[in-house]
Amino acid sequence: MKVAVIKYNAGNIQSVRYALERLGVDFVVTDAPEEIQRADKVIFPGVGEASTTMNYLRARQLDTLIRDLKQPVLGICLGMQLMCAHSEENDTPCLGIFDQPVRKFVAASTQKVPHMGWNDLIGCTDWLPASLNGKFVYFVHSFYVPLAPYTSAQCDYGIRFSAALHRDNFYAVQFHPEKSADAGELVLQSFFQATS
Amino acid sequence: MLTKRIIPCLDIKDGRTVKGVNFVGLRDAGDPVELGASYAHQGADELVFLDISATDEKRKTFAGLVRQIARHVNIPFTVGGGIGSVEDVDPLLEAGADKVSINSAAVKNPHLIDALANAFGSQFVVVAIDARKVGNQWTVHTHGGARPTEKKLFAWAKEAQERGAGEILFTSMDHDGTKNGFAIDPLAKLHQLLAIPVIASGGAGHPQHFADAFLLGHADAALAASLFHFGELTIPDLKKILHRQGIATRATYEN
Repeated sequence: MKVAVIKYNAGNIQSVRYALERLGVDFVVTDAPEEIQRADKVIFPGVGEASTTMNYLRARQLDTLIRDLKQPVLGICLGMQLMCAHSEENDTPCLGIFDQPVRKFVAASTQKVPHMGWNDLIGCTDWLPASLNGKFVYFVHSFYVPLAPYTSAQCDYGIRFSAALHRDNFYAVQFHPEKSADAGELVLQSFFQATS
Repeated sequence: MLTKRIIPCLDIKDGRTVKGVNFVGLRDAGDPVELGASYAHQGADELVFLDISATDEKRKTFAGLVRQIARHVNIPFTVGGGIGSVEDVDPLLEAGADKVSINSAAVKNPHLIDALANAFGSQFVVVAIDARKVGNQWTVHTHGGARPTEKKLFAWAKEAQERGAGEILFTSMDHDGTKNGFAIDPLAKLHQLLAIPVIASGGAGHPQHFADAFLLGHADAALAASLFHFGELTIPDLKKILHRQGIATRATYEN
């Protein structure tokens, strides 16, 4: 199995690289279209701001490339949000792979924004094993994807939101599996075992 | 639910951990990478590595160390010490650091906070504030607490948030090293004042001090150094005690 990590101006590419090294996965970090298309699995990382990142992807035609991929693709954090229809972050049209909006958390006295730290997974289903229920993973985000029919894990931060998604060959997680200790490694392995 | 974070802090000088570390089973207690990985394994929620090397020359080796830490540690970590510009941060980010902490340089040049937040995002910027009570005012100090400044803790913390800080790491110099507990009142006031997370630092000596910081000071995270390094308190034991007081932490032990 060969994994391609899409190389662009995302802030967490190094962390993803080291997590894959620790798992002993054969991978390449690349923005070459043919190399991405040829890979068995693709990871679309992401830390940053939505509109700047979408502009960056469009300028390099990575937006259509990602949308047209046929092998399993895993979006991480901002990667997941950009796979949705539209983000409230600077009113940004996104890739539209998941027909969901991306909304901003509302700050309250009991709830700080960003949602930063370790929170537990609820209702793991589909590609995520039930053993991940109640396991803690590391989140850093101010925007969230609401629950959808294809939500494959939930998290609670004042409201329930999508911690993970899966539709067709597209997978996504809002948290950082590359920084989530053993639980994160299990999530990555679950993606590598996913077949479609 | 979102849990409270426990953060060991390691001081690094010339690539080695500074204080003696009393851990069973470590091959090299002075090796920050091995120590960091060991803390991650025990259930630390994040790590902080502070470079206290005296010269710029020695500091240059720090990025190499950060790379090794990123390779071996599977939880988030913050690096700090001697960061004065966006250019200082680039190699640390490139090496795999999740956050940087800035202290004296931000006091001297507050625009550094804006510059870092714009370049890398707020989630990347921790503003560390050392303060002690002078008269009845919490006064910001720099250079490891040695130099008083004109700035007051609460106004400075608020300004740091407005400039784009993602977190405030507040150390009470009056409590640091005493092992008599964290400075609860200013923590509670910071919590009231700020919308961003606050990390309590300085004074940890007993599990109850952490419980107080979380329950009374409303801190989002608590940091300690020697208490953990000398094995006086292990992270699994601390989390068990907090759990019994109804404080949610990332469970990494068997209940």
